[in-house]
Amino acid sequence: MSAASPPAADAPLLVVDDLAVTINGASVVDGVSLSLRRGRVLALVGESGCGKSLTALSILGLLPKAARRVRGRVTLDGQDLTALDERALARVRGDQASVIFQEPVASLNPLMRVGDQVAEALRLHRGLTGEEARREAVAMLTRVGIPDAERRAEAYPFELSGGMCQRVMIAAALVCQPKLLIADEPTTALDVTVQAQILGLMHGLRAEAGATILLITHDMGVVAEMADDVAVMYGGRIVESGPVEELFADPAHPYTRLLLATIPRLDGRRKEHLRTIEGVVPTADQWPDGCRFRSRCPLAADICSRTPPLEPVRSAVRRAACWRTAEAAALA
Amino acid sequence: MTEPLLQVRDLRVHFPLRGRGGVVKAVDGVSFNVPAGRTVALVGESGCGKSTTAYAILGLEPATSGEVRFDGRDITRLDRAGRRALAGDMQIVFQDPSAALDPKMTIADSIGEPLAIQGWKSAAAARRVFAVMDLVGLPASFAGRTPNALSGGQRQRVVIARALALSPRLLVLDEPVSALDVSIRSQILNLLMNLQAELGLAYLFISHDLSVVRHIADEILVMYLGTIAERGLTDPVFAAPTHPYTEALLSAIPLPDPVAQRRRRRIVLTGDLPSPLAIPPGCPFATRCPLAQPRCVEVRPVLAPSPSGQAACLVRIPAADPDAATRAAQR
Ligand SMILES: Nc1ncnc2c1ncn2[C@@H]1O[C@H](COP(=O)(O)OP(=O)(O)OP(=O)(O)O)[C@@H](O)[C@H]1O
Ligand SMILES: Nc1ncnc2c1ncn2[C@@H]1O[C@H](COP(=O)(O)OP(=O)(O)OP(=O)(O)O)[C@@H](O)[C@H]1O
Ligand code: SF4
Ligand SMILES: [Mg+2]
Ligand SMILES: [Mg+2]
Repeated sequence: MSAASPPAADAPLLVVDDLAVTINGASVVDGVSLSLRRGRVLALVGESGCGKSLTALSILGLLPKAARRVRGRVTLDGQDLTALDERALARVRGDQASVIFQEPVASLNPLMRVGDQVAEALRLHRGLTGEEARREAVAMLTRVGIPDAERRAEAYPFELSGGMCQRVMIAAALVCQPKLLIADEPTTALDVTVQAQILGLMHGLRAEAGATILLITHDMGVVAEMADDVAVMYGGRIVESGPVEELFADPAHPYTRLLLATIPRLDGRRKEHLRTIEGVVPTADQWPDGCRFRSRCPLAADICSRTPPLEPVRSAVRRAACWRTAEAAALA
Repeated sequence: MTEPLLQVRDLRVHFPLRGRGGVVKAVDGVSFNVPAGRTVALVGESGCGKSTTAYAILGLEPATSGEVRFDGRDITRLDRAGRRALAGDMQIVFQDPSAALDPKMTIADSIGEPLAIQGWKSAAAARRVFAVMDLVGLPASFAGRTPNALSGGQRQRVVIARALALSPRLLVLDEPVSALDVSIRSQILNLLMNLQAELGLAYLFISHDLSVVRHIADEILVMYLGTIAERGLTDPVFAAPTHPYTEALLSAIPLPDPVAQRRRRRIVLTGDLPSPLAIPPGCPFATRCPLAQPRCVEVRPVLAPSPSGQAACLVRIPAADPDAATRAAQR
């Protein structure tokens, strides 16, 4: 394919190809590949420290200083983001792709009125004047469900609840109608009833505006509710991926299977012993060779000291990186 | 009939705000019991007063009014010596796991600290430290390590071991698994269930995670802005909650099951939580309640018998209207 050809309409909006990130030489993201189609929600799920946020930050060139991208390419709507310099990337951010960060209150500027924070992107990327930008910002705040937005736009973040701040973040992220929204744990810091409001809002954005969302979370319940497709990470790698219903119905990777089995169910037997995953996640400089789940996997065998490839499993649209997926069904 | 191990009667903890005037009624008339060997869960959203209730029970925050009894004895206003004596019976595991352990102290010294305060001899204390480490599944080789050499789950075991050192009969657990990863969470929940079965401990289990609460608790108290909205045995409350707030909470739990999740009807609350400084005079939930009637804004409901236990909702339980209750009493 020549570099100049325009992307086909059904081509994926976002393609991450073989991304690898190190911190002080330790491999924290290793060979991550993702593909996200327009209008879909892809959930990146995994436990603390597995590399979800670093993957997201790499996409928009926002890696922390200590981290280095050592491999991989990111393409957004046919444009190679990894080839862009910092100024060009800054133009992409907030315009074609935006991020909602993990900590809503901390990510807003405490000294700036929330309305101005939403309007800023419009001035920056759309060249709107102060008054136009303010009017559009208020309209956006109304759309994300902030009552009395005209007045609330004048408030500072500390004057608003956590749920309200998260709505402001979402409004600021969406006001320039980006093609891609990256939401890193958008509801983790919120109460369940407020989480339900924000998830409802994100459902609405999909239905009305056809938003394409990369959703990062550690909560399998949020995945089940929001995602079309899932990629499960462990130790900086994707260990399993596929459509959400197929994957939850019959997880192929031992880690996914056990992870789902450890969660207490509302319809489970009360006080019953819960399934556990023995041991702890090793630190990034102490991964075992081969399969990184090997040190905790009940199925681990000699072959697991070689790295299992992420290969088709169970159906044409599913992948897993495990030598023993055939035996995994007996696990849980 | 034996008395419940812990009794809390009409507990209030108010924080007067200096300068600005006004009072935060963090806990405003809460009553419940924790029987020996049982788990009672306190659930509700951030800021509803769960931790403050726990602190008042432990005497770490003075009660504005009301009464706390342990084993039949009034412990609401103990002096320091009285508190120290009580430490052998009742211990707390604090909410913030990173602040719970002194980073410079070894694991063994942290676990042994309550023993040292009680004046245990060092040989006996050392034996006890290793015994409780064994109880919570910490290898003896960890004794000389500092907390930064431990994982989050291991640190939480240390904190639980320290709380168990004096063989208490009641453990107050403030969000004991919230900061832990799912795969580690189930290890700690299993540990807590095992310890209860072995040692006959009673738990006051504070959590905002309703799936966890349903799994571990015998009884559940749902708090909203300093008051109890609903209480009852776990099964009936989860099967058919009476209070519209409990209903909304249960419907908002994200189920790790895409098929069930998409079939489910979810109650999404509109409206905002009132400021804790200006809790309205009527039902505290009225600003967000899908069932609210004009009367709900005027009259504060009281807990009254419900099919699932007790609930404070004027619309669902007419007897929760204090006027109705007074009229009934007069008749
Ligand atoms: N700025 C940094 N400096 C050093 N190490 C870091 C930094 N940011 C992340 N790491 C390390 O990189 C690994 C991956 O981190 P990342 O933030 O991507 O995890 P995550 O999956 O988002 O976890 P969480 O669910 O806790 O947000 C972890 O081991 C983490 O400790
Ligand atoms: N020392 C204090 N002075 C003033 N207000 C306080 C004080 N301690 C707590 N509060 C307020 O009392 C209310 C109850 O707080 P508490 O910490 O008990 O809530 P919680 O239910 O434990 O919440 P979370 O789930 O966030 O831990 C909150 O509005 C809080 O801001
Ligand atoms: S490759 Fe081996 S160690 Fe890794 S998950 Fe599969 S069976 Fe377990
Ligand atoms: Mg993260
Ligand atoms: Mg608390």
